[in-house]
Amino acid sequence: MAMKDPGLEGLPENVMVGKLDALANWCRKNSLWPMPFATACCGIELMATGASKHDLARFGAEVFRFSPRQCDLMIVAGRVVMKMLPVLQRIWQQMHEPKWCISMGACASTGGVFDTYAVVQGIDRFIPVDMYVPGCPPRPEQLIQAIIDLQDKIQREGTITGREFDTAGRQLRKRALVEIAAPLSIDASRNPVLQRELAAEADAFLARS
Amino acid sequence: MSIAPSRTATVELPEAATRSEDYLWTLNFGPQHPATHTTLRLVLKLEGERVVDAMPEMGYLHSGFEKIGEHLTYNQYVTVTDRMNYISPMANNVAWHHAVEVLLGIELTPRCKVIRTIIAELARISDHLLCNGAVGLDTGAFTFFLYGFYQREVIYDIFETLCGARFTNSYTRVGGLSQDMTPLVVEKIRTFVKTFPKTLEDMERLLTRNRIFVDRTKGVGVLTKEEAIDRGATGPVARASGVTRDLRKDEPYLAYADYDFQVCCATAGDCYARYLVRMQEMRESLRIVAQALENIPAGPVDVGIDQRTAKPDKKQVYSTIEGTISHFELAMSNRGFEVPCEETYAAIEAPNGELGFYLVGDGNETAYRARCRPPSVLHFAMFPQLIRGHTLSDVVAVLGSLNIIAAELDR
Amino acid sequence: MPFIPPPVDDVLAEVNGRFGPLESSLFRGQTRLIVPEARAFEVLEFLKEIGFDLLVDVSCVDYLEYRDPPMQCPSASGHRYGLVYLLAATATNQRLTIRVFVDDPDPTVASVVPLWKAANWLEREVWDLFGIRFTGHPDLRRLVMPEEFTAHPLRKDYPLQGRGERHNFPVITRDRS
Repeated sequence: MAMKDPGLEGLPENVMVGKLDALANWCRKNSLWPMPFATACCGIELMATGASKHDLARFGAEVFRFSPRQCDLMIVAGRVVMKMLPVLQRIWQQMHEPKWCISMGACASTGGVFDTYAVVQGIDRFIPVDMYVPGCPPRPEQLIQAIIDLQDKIQREGTITGREFDTAGRQLRKRALVEIAAPLSIDASRNPVLQRELAAEADAFLARS
Repeated sequence: MSIAPSRTATVELPEAATRSEDYLWTLNFGPQHPATHTTLRLVLKLEGERVVDAMPEMGYLHSGFEKIGEHLTYNQYVTVTDRMNYISPMANNVAWHHAVEVLLGIELTPRCKVIRTIIAELARISDHLLCNGAVGLDTGAFTFFLYGFYQREVIYDIFETLCGARFTNSYTRVGGLSQDMTPLVVEKIRTFVKTFPKTLEDMERLLTRNRIFVDRTKGVGVLTKEEAIDRGATGPVARASGVTRDLRKDEPYLAYADYDFQVCCATAGDCYARYLVRMQEMRESLRIVAQALENIPAGPVDVGIDQRTAKPDKKQVYSTIEGTISHFELAMSNRGFEVPCEETYAAIEAPNGELGFYLVGDGNETAYRARCRPPSVLHFAMFPQLIRGHTLSDVVAVLGSLNIIAAELDR
Repeated sequence: MPFIPPPVDDVLAEVNGRFGPLESSLFRGQTRLIVPEARAFEVLEFLKEIGFDLLVDVSCVDYLEYRDPPMQCPSASGHRYGLVYLLAATATNQRLTIRVFVDDPDPTVASVVPLWKAANWLEREVWDLFGIRFTGHPDLRRLVMPEEFTAHPLRKDYPLQGRGERHNFPVITRDRS
């Protein structure tokens, strides 16, 4: 006969006891609502993943919602270019916590074959990314694997506050590798107020760390 | 005492808002929007639900394709063309190397011509499936989209067997193909030719006479024939308006002159006509594939070593001096093949319209300038003309029927 | 050769008869006609009248680093920008390429939007990527690059990787989003 926990005396047998984090993570990981930020070729594979043959619904992530307010997983599928990046950042900021980001394909992760003047060389320089999917474009199976891995990650390290990822340091390190020619001829952010705000915050963060 | 009069009394209209234009409502549509499929942006001026004006904006996927074309060799650049119109990459591959071969003056082998014809037509089918599927999706017919996507998977499977990649194929090479077509592929295409008409019939039965779909697309986004020519429309968009131009007939490239097929045209010029033209074109494409498949000539797929562009096969490399030299020169970084210091334009009838490349050669293996003539730009530019006076819900129907692919639009 | 387009000798004769002898060349069956910048508009207008109703493309080539005279035409060498107008006749399937050469410091050419509406966005793209100004264009704004952008990226003196503009964005980190 199992030893009885004195604190649980009196509970019926079919009651499970666990940590609140684990319960929240279990709920979160099995109902990911993706926000398809599909810009290019990977978007077609993203559609294929959701369509009949590969059927993302098997992993509880089929509810594609196009409103960032309703989603908790952003799938950036395809290259992000200079004109698009402020839009990407804006949409990321519009999503509610907890939220995750999958960078799907070589272009979103590193710029891929497009090492040109307009293409951002990896979105993780500018927004936090949880999963990278290699491939140009990745097969639907790879994307499904990334979602499964993300589910593992959520189950393992998620906290109820959703502040478990230390991506700030990693992003800054990667950004430091980039040479930025001065003076810059372009003020690329479409929203100067937001940009000033973010720049001030970035300075404050650098001063702290 | 009623509240309403006092309320109206307190509200004063500002001076500027007294003109009728100031009551228009401005709606930003995109660049991230489910119905734009990719990254387009529209700024719509609405009067109630009616669109008074639309200002399309592009460039949200501009990745410098033409600049990168000046830095990659003629064979390398084919990987970039895959990512141009990514719902029919094979057609882009064929278009690019067709342009290069016109510049170099290469006559392809008969086998290569026929194989390229087959894959270009399969690409057209897969493109139209997605385009019509998306029109269905945007107007509320999700099942239709799933039917289309299932057949696209079959075509992906054929391409994967053919060249190892689902849809960024990079299958063509200068003067040939990356590999020959195997009997297994022929068998798969044969099965597809047999099974596809059934699906096509199902799809037509689902949507062609569907009341909701017809109501939402008929008479919407009408493009007249004169406008179509004036605004540079090509492909199914122009043919739905009564322009009979089809480069497969008018400038028969590859092996199109040998096959019996019809150019599908309509005269209405609305979204429904564009849908019908695409549906009918899939049947014609299937006819071309069926004819080509049973008569693939034997022989090599690459041009001979005297053309000095395609790598010679191993037997020639090991047994003849010409083969060895040719292989060596092609593999060396500073030799490669000779390109005339000349300029040519060559186009094919891509699924979306006339897809051409204006190439400037300067003697190197790399193009001096690789200008792509994308059909989508001209189609997107005419969007305000098509949508004026229609309702907001028609925006997605018109956008879908124009089949604007942002990567090809912005390059 | 796969396909030789129909010859345009009759068109050339007509154009030469009206505008005086213009230099032209033939390569792989494609006829190129070089038109001085000042007369470009009237020549194109005339071509539209005689049947070239489809404007296929407007683009440009920057000959900054080009070795030989373009298209082996002596009069074309020495110029920096060569505009390309690809015309087609839907009735006869003839094609004709018109070349107009312009130079720094202020490359300008007359817009053909009054002739073909198709030219609207094509000319905007050329302005955006090459910085060639089209006089008479109704709405000459940048088409593909952001409005704040200052360079013209398809010019040969602009590097492929750009000048760092692509990394000039604020960073959003996890704890600030």
